[in-house]
Amino acid sequence: MAKITLSHLAHSYLPHPASEDDFALKEMNHVWEDGAAYALLGPSGCGKTTLLNIISGLLHPSQGSILFGDTDVTEAPTTARNIAQVFQFPVVYDTMTVRDNLAFPLKNRGAEPAYIASRVAQIAEMIGMEDQLGRRARGLTADAKQKISLGRGMVREDVNAILFDEPLTVIDPHMKWALRTQLKSLHREFGHTMIYVTHDQTEALTFADKVVVMYDGRVVQIGTPEELFEAPGHTFVGYFIGSPGMNVLDANIEGDRAYINGAEIPLSRGYGELGGRVQIGVRPEFVSLTADRDGLPVNVRRIEDVGRHRIVRADFFGTDISIIAGEETPVSADMNRVTFRPDKIGVYVDDWRVTGGAA
Amino acid sequence: MEKTVNHKAWFLVLPVLVLVAFSAVIPLMTVVNYSVQDSFGNNQFFWVGIEWFQEILTSERIHNALGRQLMFSAIILAIEIPLGVFIALNMPKRGIWASVCLVLMALPLLIPWNVVGTIWQVFGRVDIGLLGHTLAAMGIDYNYTQDAFDAWVTVIVMDVWHWTSLVALLAYAGLQSIPEAYYQAAKIDQASRWAVFRYIELPKMQGVLLIAILLRFMDSFMIYTEPFVVTGGGPGNATTFLSIDLVKMALGQFDLGPAAAFSIMYFLVILLISWVFYTVMTNLDKREGA
Amino acid sequence: MTLQLDGVTKLVNGQVHIHETDLTLEKGTMNVLLGPTLSGKTSLMRLMAGLDRPAAGRVLWQGDDVTGVPVQRRGVAMVYQQFINYPAMTVYDNIASPMRLLGKTKAEIDAAVHKAADLMKLTPMLQRKPLELSGGQQQRCALARALVKDAGLVLLDEPLANLDYKLREELRVEIPKIFEESGAIFVYATTEPEEALLLGGSTATLWEGRITQFGPTPEVYRNPQDATTARVFSDPPMNFLRISKAGPKLLFGDGQSCPATGRLGELDDGRYLAGFRPNHLELDQHVPDALEFNCNLAVTEITGSETFVHLDHHGERWVGVIHGVRDLTIGDPLTVHLDPAHVYIFADDGALVAPAAYAQAA
Repeated sequence: MAKITLSHLAHSYLPHPASEDDFALKEMNHVWEDGAAYALLGPSGCGKTTLLNIISGLLHPSQGSILFGDTDVTEAPTTARNIAQVFQFPVVYDTMTVRDNLAFPLKNRGAEPAYIASRVAQIAEMIGMEDQLGRRARGLTADAKQKISLGRGMVREDVNAILFDEPLTVIDPHMKWALRTQLKSLHREFGHTMIYVTHDQTEALTFADKVVVMYDGRVVQIGTPEELFEAPGHTFVGYFIGSPGMNVLDANIEGDRAYINGAEIPLSRGYGELGGRVQIGVRPEFVSLTADRDGLPVNVRRIEDVGRHRIVRADFFGTDISIIAGEETPVSADMNRVTFRPDKIGVYVDDWRVTGGAA
Repeated sequence: MEKTVNHKAWFLVLPVLVLVAFSAVIPLMTVVNYSVQDSFGNNQFFWVGIEWFQEILTSERIHNALGRQLMFSAIILAIEIPLGVFIALNMPKRGIWASVCLVLMALPLLIPWNVVGTIWQVFGRVDIGLLGHTLAAMGIDYNYTQDAFDAWVTVIVMDVWHWTSLVALLAYAGLQSIPEAYYQAAKIDQASRWAVFRYIELPKMQGVLLIAILLRFMDSFMIYTEPFVVTGGGPGNATTFLSIDLVKMALGQFDLGPAAAFSIMYFLVILLISWVFYTVMTNLDKREGA
Repeated sequence: MTLQLDGVTKLVNGQVHIHETDLTLEKGTMNVLLGPTLSGKTSLMRLMAGLDRPAAGRVLWQGDDVTGVPVQRRGVAMVYQQFINYPAMTVYDNIASPMRLLGKTKAEIDAAVHKAADLMKLTPMLQRKPLELSGGQQQRCALARALVKDAGLVLLDEPLANLDYKLREELRVEIPKIFEESGAIFVYATTEPEEALLLGGSTATLWEGRITQFGPTPEVYRNPQDATTARVFSDPPMNFLRISKAGPKLLFGDGQSCPATGRLGELDDGRYLAGFRPNHLELDQHVPDALEFNCNLAVTEITGSETFVHLDHHGERWVGVIHGVRDLTIGDPLTVHLDPAHVYIFADDGALVAPAAYAQAA
């Protein structure tokens, strides 16, 4: 096991990238802790698979280096990197039994038969396949096959990292959370460094200690699920995490006050002079609809009742905003004003969050 | 999900049924008719029952031809299948060279049977053939018209040259369908080259290889044109395979009755073996899909 | 324009897929078929479309019996879970194709295609081929085609199931808008309660080939008539707990009770089934008379703005949905609170005997 260092790492699929736009992966510097579970989250085309392939050694980066522990492995082939990987589709050796499948990586490395037997038994128990060890892998369901793939990824104790490439794609929806939960407990039990690529926010947030949100070839935020929800570092994070996404509004900032069309919104922190496009972001959960004269005027357009809460869609100085109201919070026609929770408002300059000082 | 039942659709199958009746069923019934009758010409026939079948079953000549036939099929399968797989494994996976290889491999398959026979007939001649002449010049005593062993070698080499590409192309298609992730997983598992072949490539090629074996078996079991052109079944009866024997019997000697009985049994043997193959293959599919 | 199913049933190889069903759908309504996989949603739609013939019963369209009439001769449009478009045609030609079959004039077609494309935000992509589009755009193309057909009956079979969640979020909002303009009968099958609620209109809940309840969507959600409907129309499914009523009190086991007020007071003493929705379990106590349950936290799941907690309550599996992202330790004991006003009471056979007080107030 090892920490993973990405140093000035960037990649372009073009031989002579001219501008930053030519890079599928923009230059990044990160250190990922040993033994933590990371999720790479983002929409398709955001560069998360490129990054995974660089870590696994399938792709050689155009620039920069990657280190496992203190060893530079940029030039090392996959075999020499001592990693395990679980793919999007189950990769099992069809003609082997479940037992032989799980034992395969250990056998190839010449482990002791007694050790192999005990380790395979342990993994089989974790993935809940103890009673199927003697079966051939051919003919098992996709779920079972993917469990074998997960088990095979987990069987070696000395790997630097285990990589998961959207491993739950082929799994039936109602089985997904069971496997996801199993993965999480496997991580707790064995403490491997894990990197999990997905476009599904629930998978990422549930599995990972730290979620790496990627957008347009860039890492826009690395944080715990709470941080991503409470303080999105980039407007994209605000949009992508949470349903509906964060409200983003053009504003002027003066000290600890934001102004939209002259209307004043108090902030909990103070900000200096800001250049570029200035916006404030606030999640629908932290906006309340009110009849109170202190609020700012909105034009309620529709109310969506989703059962456990209601989503109010409204027009706020020409911008669409969403407001979440509790299931039993009364919403009446005279409620045509909104208030924002000052401590939950973020200030964004050119889409990036800026931290202010104490107000 | 089942569909609305509409029996009118069966009428659409009618033309095909008529066509099959004319092209297959009626000729087949004629053969059946011949096989149980004898004729002394003048279109006069009389019933002989299963006499011809008994004659064929006990005929030493047919037994020998069958033995040669089985031997031939066994040898060419033993050579073409492993060789085809070996070639497929070594073909480039993508790029311009993959296309070039595919075209080159497909070339022998495009040549008509009798032309293949003629090519090798000329190629192997000691007087003017490039191969025969070269071998003779090297001091090797090679003559497929005189020596039974040489004749066999020639016919087998010719068939291997003609048909190994088919096996290779099928195996290649099987290999191409293996997702890249399998190879990557094998690398990560530190599997040996042999293990990759044994546990990934071979199982994934299983389906197409069965088809290849079936096709090559049926085809080699019915081989006629090429050996007929090259050796004419000789020297002696050394390369007289079943179909050559059948033609000799039917057209050479005009023994229509025995030839008809022979044809029917020939047909049944091929049907039986194909059925066995088919059953094995569908069972494999079932296990796969379970 | 009405579509009426009159005692229809559907058998497959002797097995009942749809039990005797009566259902009347009116012009210009959105009707959601809500139920888990294999509950009979698709079977019911196929009967409505005329793709299958019912084993018994009649299908009436505007009062006329159309039971044996094949789908080609009914005005039906259908959109499937898979994105089905003609791959060789441009988006424009795809959308135009049903109108061309109807022999409309060029000008009519052009106007309708542009209108539908505009609504579906496909205008910049009209000259592209479907496979060059994203999944969401492909499905919008299929929806546009269904729309221009101007069919009296539009059947949508889980049209958003194969899209990722942000796209689903957008289209869910768009679909009811589109529907507002056309006067057709819409039928929309989904497995997701939230989708049914967003679409509004009326909802029929399905369970094992039977419609358990049909009515205005919020009404079915808040006042389910039986435990099955409540379970189907709740995501995650409703939690249940055996309770008993003794005199003026409801006993919840482990010594807890709450006063049996209102209609509950009129119930006979005996055993009942209490049901409550996952989102009504709370970590903090908000009302003074809240019930309190000591559970063990088995699993947590975070969806971005909510945390799902899977609880073990004396061997029963419950799920709670907690607002916000919470960092909780799996395996730890967890105390959850429940406002008695959120509890539905069902009889042993599953029939509702008393709705939750809050739903009555709303």
